[in-house]
Amino acid sequence: MAIEVRVPTILRTYTSGEKNVSAAGESVSALIEDLEVNHAGIKDRLVEGGQPRRFVNIYVNDEDIRFSGGLETPLSDGDVVVILPAVAGGSR
Amino acid sequence: MRYANLIDSVGHTPLVGLPRLSPSPDVRLWAKLEDRNPTGSIKDRAALAMIERAEAEGLLRPGCTILEPTSGNTGISLAMVAKLRGYRIVCVMPENTSEERRQLLRMWGAEIVSSPAAGGSNEAVRVAKRIAEEHPDWVMLYQYGNTANAEAHFRGTGPEILEDLPEVTHFVGGLGTTGTLMGVGRFFREAKPEVRIVAAEPRYGELVYGLRNLDEGFVPELYDPQYIDARFSVGPRDAVRRVRELLESEGIFAGISTGAILHAALAQAAKAVKAGESADIAFVIADGGWKYLSTGAYEGTVDEAEERLEGQLWA
Repeated sequence: MAIEVRVPTILRTYTSGEKNVSAAGESVSALIEDLEVNHAGIKDRLVEGGQPRRFVNIYVNDEDIRFSGGLETPLSDGDVVVILPAVAGGSR
Repeated sequence: MRYANLIDSVGHTPLVGLPRLSPSPDVRLWAKLEDRNPTGSIKDRAALAMIERAEAEGLLRPGCTILEPTSGNTGISLAMVAKLRGYRIVCVMPENTSEERRQLLRMWGAEIVSSPAAGGSNEAVRVAKRIAEEHPDWVMLYQYGNTANAEAHFRGTGPEILEDLPEVTHFVGGLGTTGTLMGVGRFFREAKPEVRIVAAEPRYGELVYGLRNLDEGFVPELYDPQYIDARFSVGPRDAVRRVRELLESEGIFAGISTGAILHAALAQAAKAVKAGESADIAFVIADGGWKYLSTGAYEGTVDEAEERLEGQLWA
């Protein structure tokens, strides 16, 4: 099972500068464990106390996991996971 | 419809059906035409509500200076009301926003302070907060944390939709200050709790997120996730594709952020069709496309448009 993970600039120090990495897992939390194996330290930047960190947004196929099952959101082959820092809105 | 003056005409916008974009007779899309507000965007509602609240509280008196971090629409709305009510206004705006927005702000009399492109609206907020400290007599209405922003939608946008579409099942809006979704969301939680509230958040290029420290991100003070049921991040490609589709099939010329909202609305519609449920999905046309012509989003291929939007604050 391969899931494409898009990593923001600020976390690429953990992925040797790679923008997209591949990882596996039946859920977002399993995926993060798998990421940690190859990119030690990244988990701590994403998760705090069993929840996504406050200013980190994780999307599975563009949907924010906070509203779709949190870290237990299931994943399937071919899903795209996007990690982004929280930012203020645009034309406001 | 007759009004005593321009400000009185804010709100009460039309809700129009989209028969060609609706996937089936049982799953219908409805567009709330917020571009019909006086300065052409949904922000007229929040701007007016914030100024009237500040006046009522005695914070704003004629001759006062208003300060606001804005990448466009809110500033334009505030400048219009400020002009009619006799206030000076200073807008802090990221330098990577379209030229049309700058010209419009200047026309309505706003003074513009540019903030660095890197960091987008976050940076504009930071710069505005610093200026506010230097000028304690200026009034920062601060749309990201001003409850009058959400209140305008709780009292206006939400009730208007329910009145025009009692059978509404979904509301889809853009997530920026979060004012629209917080206000409409709170209204439906009370008035018709089964209505699903869906947020469409614009996803920008790396320039905007590039240097963000994950420990110092930004969540607007107004934001309360209990009023939202799903939240989508929509990139420029999908936004451009949808905004063109909206014009092509329904004749509506909307701004790029509306493309992101429509993308999320169509996803809800597809879900309803798949589940064999009927649905009436109301979504926001946040503004018209006029202010974004120079971004290149409306010409050439979608690939070209996507490339041109890289690094721009398109929503």
